[in-house]
Amino acid sequence: MKIIVCVKQVPDTSGKVAVNPDGTLNRASMATITNPDDLNAVEAALQLKEETGAQVIVVSMGPPPAEGMLREILARSADKAVLVSGREFGGSDTYATSQILAAAINKIGLEDDDVVFCGRQAIDGDTAQVGPQIAEKLGLPQVSYAADIHKEGDTLTIKRMLEDGYMTIKVHTPCLITCIKELNTPRYMSVGGVFEAYSKPYEVLDYNALKDDPLIDPSTIGLKGSPTNILTSFTPPQKGAGMMLEGADRATCEKLAGIMAAKHMI
Amino acid sequence: MSNYDSSAIQEFNGGVWVFCEQRQGAMMSTSYELISEGRRLANELGTKLYGLLLGSGIEGLAKELGGYGADGVYVCDHPLLANYTTDGYTKVICDVIRAYKPEVMLIGATNIGRDLGPRCAARLHTGLCADCTHLDIDMGIYKDFLHSASTLPADKIDALNTAMVMGEKHDVSRDLKMTRPAFGGHLMASIICPRFRPAMATVRPGVMKKAAFDQAKADACEIIKPEFSLTQDDLETEVVEVVKAAKKLVDLIGADVVVSVGRGISKDVEGGIKLAEELAEVLGGVVGSSRAVVDSGWISADHQVGQTGKTVHPKIYIALGISGAIQHKAGMQDSECIIAVNKNDTAPIFEIADYGICGDLFKVTPLLIEAIKAAKAAK
Ligand SMILES: Cc1cc2nc3c(=O)[nH]c(=O)nc-3n(C[C@H](O)[C@H](O)[C@H](O)COP(=O)(O)OP(=O)(O)OC[C@H]3O[C@@H](n4cnc5c(N)ncnc54)[C@H](O)[C@@H]3O)c2cc1C
Ligand SMILES: Cc1cc2nc3c(=O)[nH]c(=O)nc-3n(C[C@H](O)[C@H](O)[C@H](O)COP(=O)(O)OP(=O)(O)OC[C@H]3O[C@@H](n4cnc5c(N)ncnc54)[C@H](O)[C@@H]3O)c2cc1C
Repeated sequence: MKIIVCVKQVPDTSGKVAVNPDGTLNRASMATITNPDDLNAVEAALQLKEETGAQVIVVSMGPPPAEGMLREILARSADKAVLVSGREFGGSDTYATSQILAAAINKIGLEDDDVVFCGRQAIDGDTAQVGPQIAEKLGLPQVSYAADIHKEGDTLTIKRMLEDGYMTIKVHTPCLITCIKELNTPRYMSVGGVFEAYSKPYEVLDYNALKDDPLIDPSTIGLKGSPTNILTSFTPPQKGAGMMLEGADRATCEKLAGIMAAKHMI
Repeated sequence: MSNYDSSAIQEFNGGVWVFCEQRQGAMMSTSYELISEGRRLANELGTKLYGLLLGSGIEGLAKELGGYGADGVYVCDHPLLANYTTDGYTKVICDVIRAYKPEVMLIGATNIGRDLGPRCAARLHTGLCADCTHLDIDMGIYKDFLHSASTLPADKIDALNTAMVMGEKHDVSRDLKMTRPAFGGHLMASIICPRFRPAMATVRPGVMKKAAFDQAKADACEIIKPEFSLTQDDLETEVVEVVKAAKKLVDLIGADVVVSVGRGISKDVEGGIKLAEELAEVLGGVVGSSRAVVDSGWISADHQVGQTGKTVHPKIYIALGISGAIQHKAGMQDSECIIAVNKNDTAPIFEIADYGICGDLFKVTPLLIEAIKAAKAAK
């Protein structure tokens, strides 16, 4: 049994985000991190490995520096890492990204008792589309928003979160699951793990390595294979600061209540 | 000669469609929002608007959609569609789309819509824009929107009539311009899907305005029952149970007043929430929160406002002890009036607050409750 985990390296958008004058993001000025939901996906895979002895393979599409992130995940006791990297893959929207990642998973070899894990959503593109689209390209059943996973034989029972509750869903392997932060608490790297990370198998798949897969076609990958185009991007204007009321005492509150009454808010 | 074949997309003249999500026979309110928005888009395109309704025993829900603007509703009623499954719903929707060829397909960006949308778009080989907060066809309206909602230079906006598609200039005037936040709300992008149809979008719940209901239009709404096939073998996932949250959830999206608490309540969590409840009560509102409060386990997740919570635009939004992180602002910055109480005068929430009070929420809130009660009594 193998567990294949898709992980993306992303800019850390939680702090200050620098924007260029032309409205694009200044990625160079931002620290890169492993996408948070993907760490939950890795943790879910490692827990299943502990239960079943499965092999955990992490896959990422991105530029070569993503190797650092992949080594860190190997240090959390994943078994193998695969970096999918090539100029031909650049500019892909989620449709094209899922074509490429599905081809990489085909290359790794998907067997009947395997499971693919993704994070629910990447914090940069923010679409949550890549997981379900990989599942479609591989013809796998999918369960998204997983908050709890139990495996017995070839059946997984999954708690799938909804806004107003949850569903319990049964699905058989092979399947694809997208993970949310409620699923678990990711472990840290171990000292021994960091040491071993550099001797574990690490493979780079470029365009030539994948080009024989029917999913890889100039009309379905990269910028030209992407059905969507970005017409323009921009930053929203800051709403002009309002009025700071003086003080924080009874008189201040009475003034505010007075304004609210005058504006018919109360 | 064009670098790409656009003849195929011309066949997609079946109108604007809205996937109308229902759960256990109850229509999701976002379906009405999207029908209302879809009406405007269909008018701008000069085409018809249809709802697409899947479920079991749900035909009775269809006509009401007409009251918000649908010309007709495609109803796919089948016992195997009683519960949402990705496989079952995707199969039926893709089959019906291939047969009737809509130009635009809108889906609510709920946990179900964001599971279904990408799967359908991948099968249909078309583009999908995620979690949109603004949709446009008409270039004039689109440019007005950019003038007011972006920091792009005015001349750049005015010149925005074409996009480079496959190495050539493409006129975007008939494309659906789908605008969405990315990078946690730091960046907005307008996306088009020029070469494939339907152009698909998932749309954030609570953002589009629901139109006034019109009974005459509901009565006139056409019901269409398309042919489709679905068998047990099509379903690879099995829904064992659907569990509704036990507690009644707060109706943040529909509320006129939201009083939200942040980590600033930490020194007396219960007391802080109680103050917020009291303030919400005198204003006829509900209590919301930042994610920090949810993550600390102080309040249930249905209260969360923000990028990964709910988007609200109440008449009054009061932030008590909330710093104003971009992910929080993403869910509340369009409120009509924002009032913030925070003990730190450099908290970013003050940058967007209409009225700010720098002070301890435990001292200010009781005084504010009293003052509002007095002001109401004086009216
Ligand atoms: C401003 C902006 C807006 C965009 N809007 C859209 C849009 O509306 N529609 C669209 O189709 N594209 C859009 N894109 C393109 C999209 O961001 C890229 O295709 C991106 O590669 C994948 O999308 P995501 O980051 O949203 O990932 P998500 O779909 O949110 O990622 C979900 C999961 O998929 C896996 N995954 C995603 N990417 C990788 C990867 N590179 N390697 C390994 N695993 C991965 C991870 O497990 C991740 O947690 C946009 C890009 C930008 C810059
Ligand atoms: C991918 C992602 C998604 C996210 N989604 C959301 C989301 O949907 N919603 C959301 O809210 N956050 C979200 N966050 C988290 C967000 O970045 C912030 O961490 C969070 O909003 C902070 O909550 P807070 O303002 O309550 O807490 P803090 O930032 O800790 O602020 C507490 C504030 O209380 C003030 N304070 C303290 N004591 C008092 C007192 N006695 N009286 C008055 N003021 C006091 C402090 O000055 C401070 O400003 C997300 C983050 C990420 C990375």
